[in-house]
Amino acid sequence: MPKYILTIGLEVHAQLTTRSKMFCGCPVEFGAEPNTLTCPTCLGLPGALPVLNEGAIEKTILTGMMLGCTTPPVVKWDRKNYFYPDMPKNYQITQFDLPLCLGGGVPLYDLAYPKDAQKTIANPGKVVKLTRIHLEEDVAKSTHHDKFTTIDFNRAGTPLMEIVSDPDIDSAEEAVAYLNSLRQILIYGGVSDADMEKGQMRADVNISVRPEGQKELGVKIELKNINSMSAIRRAIKAETERQIDVLEGRNPEKLVQSTRRWDDDAGVTTKMRDKEDSHDYRYFPDPDLIPLRTESLVTRIRPLVPELPHEKRARFESDYGCSAYDADVLASEKELAAYYEAAVAVNTQVPAKKLANWVINDLLGLLKDTEGGINACPVKPEALSELVAVVEAGKISNNQAKEVFAEMFANGGSASNIIKAKGFEQVSDTGALEAIVDQIIASNPEKVAEVKGGNEKAMNWFTGQAMKASQGKANPKIVTEIVRKKVLG
Amino acid sequence: MPSPQIDIHHVAKLARLALTEEEAAHYQQQLTRILGHIDQLSSYTLDAEPSAHAMPIFDVIRPDQDRPGFEQNEALSNAPRRAMDQFQIPKVIE
Repeated sequence: MPKYILTIGLEVHAQLTTRSKMFCGCPVEFGAEPNTLTCPTCLGLPGALPVLNEGAIEKTILTGMMLGCTTPPVVKWDRKNYFYPDMPKNYQITQFDLPLCLGGGVPLYDLAYPKDAQKTIANPGKVVKLTRIHLEEDVAKSTHHDKFTTIDFNRAGTPLMEIVSDPDIDSAEEAVAYLNSLRQILIYGGVSDADMEKGQMRADVNISVRPEGQKELGVKIELKNINSMSAIRRAIKAETERQIDVLEGRNPEKLVQSTRRWDDDAGVTTKMRDKEDSHDYRYFPDPDLIPLRTESLVTRIRPLVPELPHEKRARFESDYGCSAYDADVLASEKELAAYYEAAVAVNTQVPAKKLANWVINDLLGLLKDTEGGINACPVKPEALSELVAVVEAGKISNNQAKEVFAEMFANGGSASNIIKAKGFEQVSDTGALEAIVDQIIASNPEKVAEVKGGNEKAMNWFTGQAMKASQGKANPKIVTEIVRKKVLG
Repeated sequence: MPSPQIDIHHVAKLARLALTEEEAAHYQQQLTRILGHIDQLSSYTLDAEPSAHAMPIFDVIRPDQDRPGFEQNEALSNAPRRAMDQFQIPKVIE
């Protein structure tokens, strides 16, 4: 049986975080009453004219810069003609041959892969090549009822960025990594909230299979209607199997260039339509819109490119001594990274690596069940830094620190106040501790003999007795030192 | 250069036009003449940049500011039918 090569290209639509629509001043809002965010332009009324939204253009160029694209000196908008009730003009304004961004790529982050695939990444450090990014208008929202369909035009004309990859993705796992990495970058740049569940980021998957040894790609089939990261993976697996079954004659269908719908409940793809040829859309330059020269925009936007997740990760490793994994976790979310850096900045004496451990092992665990994520975190960076400083100085034990942390998370407050309230303050006063140890030595000469005879375990017995005598308040590190000094003399 | 032919029935279908056979023949002839004209233009070598608009105007943009538009009733006033504050249309099956 021949082996098969899977080739995937993704078209990702991302809603931009603008105040107004792409070609008119209607507000962009999620969840407003139906048809309350419209005007003659986005309803496609005769005579209404579109005007380009500068904010949407800036955010698209910024996206291109974050992804290493180039922006042509002149860009323009075109009409893509087709009939569908969610598009009142009977054409969509989009960009055909002069889009805002060309080329570039999306770096795939290790933690962006599905959890069970992170240990077996086929191409670590891969950068998936992009074809282009263009800026267009979204369509209205149709709702299909039993006997009729209804249309809400609130979404019609909102700015939509389409990010098109090359056929450069080799597996379902890479497709998930691509989407997660891209999502992180879009959020870092503040260009899109990119929540798939809310429809702010939508993906169409182009997928083809060919036998090993065959040079040209197999028949391209597009999958639509995929609403979550996990569904993407399931859809690709199911469609790959279907195509291989057809190639091997187990399935009597034929592979023709077409669009298929993913049914997540049934776990199958079904045919929607044969793919219309590109020229059937009869693209032509929109005479209502004026071409745009991009040079001054590019100059203005260049300094706005933020530090990207992989750059931050590298810096966390080199500057703060974080492990690769810790740096990856911390850099995966902009706000989390900012929180961590704020905590590091409070007191440079506190080891940054220890702070990373606390954030990842303790804070993230508790945050998982909390609304609002890191922004609503009740433990401020200052409080965390103070707590870690106290632990590192050996003033309280690790277990006590966890208790203090849980209290800080539940009710706020500073580490020192909670330590006092709980009576966790350790006795580090060597004079007081020496007296305790002297007392124990005097009343247990046989144990002293054991230690002198070379029994290391007996040494721990002394430490344990001293801790008990101090009601757990003694600093164990200091007690051990004193015991060692006094018993061994 | 072979004279270009236009598939008038395909174009009419894309434009949702129901043409009679007479109309189809008529438009076929007219559109074929237009294509011939374009071919004639293509035969010239021109020393000019391709332009994206009929007039040399650039950079008409507006700042990203929102403003109120139609009230809901106004927006729906041309709807042939309404349901649930939306435009009601025959059932669409995709």
